[in-house]
Amino acid sequence: MSQFLQVLLSGLATGSIYALVAIGFTLVWQAAQTVNFAQGEFVMLPAFFVLAGMSLFGLPFWTALLFGLAVSVVVLGLMFKKLVAEPILPHGGITLIIATMALGILLKESVKEFYSAEAQPFPSIFPNDPINVFGAVLSMQDILNLVLSLAIVVALTLFLNRTRTGRCMQATAQNPAVAEILGVNVKRMILYAFLINAALAALASFLITPVYLAKFSNGETLGLIAFIAAIVGGFNQIRGALVGGLLIGVLDNLTAAYVTAEYRAALPLVLLIGIILVRPQGIMGTSEGRAV
Amino acid sequence: MYRKYLFAASTALLATVSAAHAQESIKLGMVAELSGPGAPAGTNWRDGIKIAAEEINAEGGILGKQVEVGEYDTQTDPQVSRAMVQKAIDDGAYAILGTIYSGSTMVNMLVAQQNSIPQFVGSEAPSIVEKGNPFVFRTSSGAQKGVPALTNYFTDTLKAKKVGVAWLNNEFGKGGHDVFVEEMKKVGIEVVIDVASEQAQTDYAADVAKLKEANPEAVFVYMNQEESARFLIEAKKQGLAMPLVGEVTLTEAKVVELAGAAADGAIAHVGVTATATEVPGIAAFTTKFEETFKRKPTHDAIKGYVGAWTTKYVTEMVGDLNGEAFSEKMRGLCLTAADYPKILLDTCWDDKGEMSRPSFMVQVKDGAPVVIGTVPAN
Repeated sequence: MSQFLQVLLSGLATGSIYALVAIGFTLVWQAAQTVNFAQGEFVMLPAFFVLAGMSLFGLPFWTALLFGLAVSVVVLGLMFKKLVAEPILPHGGITLIIATMALGILLKESVKEFYSAEAQPFPSIFPNDPINVFGAVLSMQDILNLVLSLAIVVALTLFLNRTRTGRCMQATAQNPAVAEILGVNVKRMILYAFLINAALAALASFLITPVYLAKFSNGETLGLIAFIAAIVGGFNQIRGALVGGLLIGVLDNLTAAYVTAEYRAALPLVLLIGIILVRPQGIMGTSEGRAV
Repeated sequence: MYRKYLFAASTALLATVSAAHAQESIKLGMVAELSGPGAPAGTNWRDGIKIAAEEINAEGGILGKQVEVGEYDTQTDPQVSRAMVQKAIDDGAYAILGTIYSGSTMVNMLVAQQNSIPQFVGSEAPSIVEKGNPFVFRTSSGAQKGVPALTNYFTDTLKAKKVGVAWLNNEFGKGGHDVFVEEMKKVGIEVVIDVASEQAQTDYAADVAKLKEANPEAVFVYMNQEESARFLIEAKKQGLAMPLVGEVTLTEAKVVELAGAAADGAIAHVGVTATATEVPGIAAFTTKFEETFKRKPTHDAIKGYVGAWTTKYVTEMVGDLNGEAFSEKMRGLCLTAADYPKILLDTCWDDKGEMSRPSFMVQVKDGAPVVIGTVPAN
């Protein structure tokens, strides 16, 4: 029982981090009608911003986290939109998709070049001592990662549903032309989506890197799994990305523990094929319209 | 007309200088995992060789010729490693130093063999010296020698009756796993849980949960550096309480750096370690390495260093740049640290290229590996 609880908890904790990344996919899809294939590298990079803040500027860890978050929002949000998405989008969504692939390679190789190919240690936000829950010894770090990730998703959902800016973003996602006629500043709403995506990627980075270790190649796996999570859950729904992320995290761990560790990497792909065959719009997705 | 003569004269001069330079230097092909998952091992191997080359050149080179080390990155890919060994040989390498990952060495050592080029490897899979390749030589003992050195620790020190195994499913991990399981069977210790993981695996939650549930008295951990660090971090998160004992990598400086406090308490048998500063040669190498690269050397750095120096010693014994004669000389060769100080410890190679030398038991205490015992050469 203790093993099952721990495996389930670890799966939920990792899955909730996948969900943060998958939500980023969804947001960019809604805002720019494109898939950001550099999303994995967007999660890899903020950890290196933090490490750079600590080693180059001598910042304490918590200040370095804020520094990493701020730099991520500027570089991966503002600059990504202004320098990559905005100039290329008029040439078509496919062109932008290819551009994001190139951007992903550029980011990965840049980190490898400037920070070395070796993995780097990354401090954990939460203590990694185990705690005793109803007789089962569980990871405190997993519990707090799960709580924080879910809190971020809840806060984002409330922001989108309960605030004027959030509703304007939803309107922009559903029909930019009508939203503009109704007085919504569409360009600004799209910018907000990019900034939120960058912030989510940075937060996911801070939570997952203590486990994965900071390495230039981290984005490869993360990007792929989060992309699959977004499709499995439903690409046009935040709650879909959440469900997809959690589902993949849990199934991955349960498979490794009780079925086979050897083929665990294939599981998300099997799930993807199954969902596409049975429910192409994803578990929570809708086949018409878009809504964040 | 004048220009034509000047061009011809320049070309002739350049050709003469190049030929003279080629005759004055000996090329060593350093083929290693400089990127990809093997980068921590490969970069240390390279840097150990750099120090050796600098020292060798300061002492007059090999047979009076300066040493040039060419760097070839395998990207931790066996097929690339094969191409890189070929490239190094095409570039005129007299000997190959590398690779470290056994999966790569298994593929690329055939290329060196076909060209009669001596090859010093950092790999530890037992199968490497069992292929009848007369040109391959280890720079540390293979798992079939290193892992049995741990048996006494499990029987006498830990007094374990049931153990678990967590290993990496690659050539290196499989070699160590098979030898360990066989050794445990011989001494009557039951392996109650056997957990394989994949190379570059990032999530060890399920692996550690399975080990915890089986509750062995100790766990043998046999993985590469990054995987070892991730395993230790997860073990700490889940409160895996039993002793974690490894061979070579588990207590390495890079693993300790990556795992931080989670590495405390980890125990390993190591063929050679930079922390064995009671050995004068190791202390001197460690100091020089730290001064040069501003970090602590790993055992891979020492292995690369020993490989480069052995190339010099044996070539000068042979007296010629002859791969066949070099290979012949290496069979059954023993070098003592008293006569050949840069070999660091008394070392022998058997007729298969396997190495024997004294080794160490190490435990991580307060974030640093500490020697807790020595093991005689087996």
